Amino acid sequence: MVQITYRDALRQALIDAMEADERVVVIGEEVGRYGGAYGVTKGLIDTFGGDRLIDTPISEPAIIGAAVGAAMTGLRPVAELMYVDFLGMTMDQLTNQAAKIRYMFGGQIGVPMVLRTQGGTGRSAGAQHSQSLEAWVMHMPGLRLVMPATAEDAYHLLRHALTMPDPVVFIEHKALYTRKEEADLTTAKRPWGKAAVRREGQDVVIVTYSRQVHYALEAAEALAKDGIEATVIDLRTLNPLDMETVIEHVEKIGRVAVVSEGPMTAGVAAELAARITEECFDFLHDPVIRIAGEDIPISVSQELEAGSVPSPALIGDAVRRLLS
Amino acid sequence: MTDTRPSASPSASNADLLGLYRTMRRIRTFEERVGELFVRGLSAGSMLHLSIGEESAAAGVASAMRPEDTFTTHHRGHGIFLARGADPSRMMAEIAGKETGYCAGKGGSMHIADMALGHLGANAIVGGGIPAVVGAGLSAKRLKTGSVSLAFFGDGAMGQGILYESMNMAALWELPVLFVCINNQYGMGTRVDQATRNEAFDERARAFGLQGAMVDGNDVEAVAATAKDLVDAARAGKPGFLAISCYRFFGHARMDKSPYRAEEEELAGRQRDPVKIARAALLERGLAPGSALDALDTEIAAEMDATIDFAAASPAPPLASMFRDVFAVGEPEPEPVRTRLDRVLSKEIR
Repeated sequence: MVQITYRDALRQALIDAMEADERVVVIGEEVGRYGGAYGVTKGLIDTFGGDRLIDTPISEPAIIGAAVGAAMTGLRPVAELMYVDFLGMTMDQLTNQAAKIRYMFGGQIGVPMVLRTQGGTGRSAGAQHSQSLEAWVMHMPGLRLVMPATAEDAYHLLRHALTMPDPVVFIEHKALYTRKEEADLTTAKRPWGKAAVRREGQDVVIVTYSRQVHYALEAAEALAKDGIEATVIDLRTLNPLDMETVIEHVEKIGRVAVVSEGPMTAGVAAELAARITEECFDFLHDPVIRIAGEDIPISVSQELEAGSVPSPALIGDAVRRLLS
Repeated sequence: MTDTRPSASPSASNADLLGLYRTMRRIRTFEERVGELFVRGLSAGSMLHLSIGEESAAAGVASAMRPEDTFTTHHRGHGIFLARGADPSRMMAEIAGKETGYCAGKGGSMHIADMALGHLGANAIVGGGIPAVVGAGLSAKRLKTGSVSLAFFGDGAMGQGILYESMNMAALWELPVLFVCINNQYGMGTRVDQATRNEAFDERARAFGLQGAMVDGNDVEAVAATAKDLVDAARAGKPGFLAISCYRFFGHARMDKSPYRAEEEELAGRQRDPVKIARAALLERGLAPGSALDALDTEIAAEMDATIDFAAASPAPPLASMFRDVFAVGEPEPEPVRTRLDRVLSKEIR
């Protein structure tokens, strides 16, 4: 076990993957000399050189498009998109090309690339640098989607993503980079496609992912003081989606809140709520509730920003009312 | 004369005029049969974009490629793939949406691909396949494969930003890449002079630091020679751009009767016929007697007739194949909605 930050765990995953597999290259804006906008690739260029840490012009569509072509011809590119908000720039290459190539071409070839990016609120970065756009990705057949909440998961999920035969969108949370925690990076762990039960309690199930896992755990500790015990499930990957673990706990407990930082309407929480309702209707004592981001853009004001996404207080409040 | 029959490995057509003529004639005849497939109601849909009038681009550039080279094409890419050595029967079957097609009936005319021939895929998004050759160029450079990657696209893609991003990267990193613009004068119904103030597209490429050339598609030998220079230069780390001017003889797709252009223009445009011009040159220079060319044309007609029979006789893909290839073999397939409904609706707990 080591004490490590989310950022350093990600960097270690890249280092270990690049040492293990010469085909792994990192391509993106500021990934080399600058070391990554959030410092994840800091120093890697000194070890691996500019041929493997490829600094690009500011051309997001072509960065993703080049990664597609490189992945089809023998490399294992990690394309870094500085902010998930730039996904709109790259949607054609990601969704019409990367996601569909294996299928359109009858299974002849896949696109083993990882699109690493980060999203979410927490830095007063404004409406175009703070979004949670995972629903766009989750909606698209052919893409894997990873949203790690912990340093240990960040490491193992990124290592696993770099063994996957299909395109993986790996969305980090910008507010988690400096979070330090105990992590086991040595044992070969397989958190891929398997939700983690972060806390067990008999009164309510909170299903979430990414930073909201920590908010849910904070809320659960506060709820415990009122005698309410919550189970907190961290989905880790949204594709594949581990509904088995969710269903198992929902059937035992019968009350569920799903939590997502993304805007509520047609979002990840909506999909989870629909699936839980279909699969577990007879076990539910109450409707599944969604605790999600407001259907508004994110403001630069810290007060408005924090107010537009779920907080531990909001989660705790909603759960208390659900159970009352 | 080069053997251009179907083969498992790329067989670039010979750059000599007879070889180029043969390749172009095969493309012309194949495209005519695609039109027939549609008329007979055997094609999967009407999104069929014929390259009649543009055969010199496909034949000329393909003759400059080596077996290890890779390429992407636009939606009007049948000819390029044929020139690269494709099996026309498997192409026709794909266009008919059949299991025996190159993509098992999932891709169709606009998404034909074949890794054995280095075909990284045709694309239905204008400019969509262009940046992939930048990535292929990175692979070639890093893995030292010696291959060049070529992006084929139309004049319509000259309006897409991703082309310029890709040209910039290829020039910056000195990648073994060639951008090939087949300027058939029309992006769907918009004539090129209605889409740009400056039709000297090679100037744009040179502005990025690429080698740039323009060539008249009437002259297939000039296309082949220019392409050879540029492909060789790209292999040596000098990426380039080639614009080939020609005329799209027919409408954008099968349902398009070209109401946006005058008949006189079409008739004049169809005089720019690279197949006819090459045939006349062969006769004039005494490179082949008329009887031999007639025999060749007849042989090609029979070969292409058979592609329709093959496509018609081929089975449709099985319904269960629908869930295959979303992800790699071995990964769980998506749960069919019907299966899911069965599971959800048959829960008997109430």
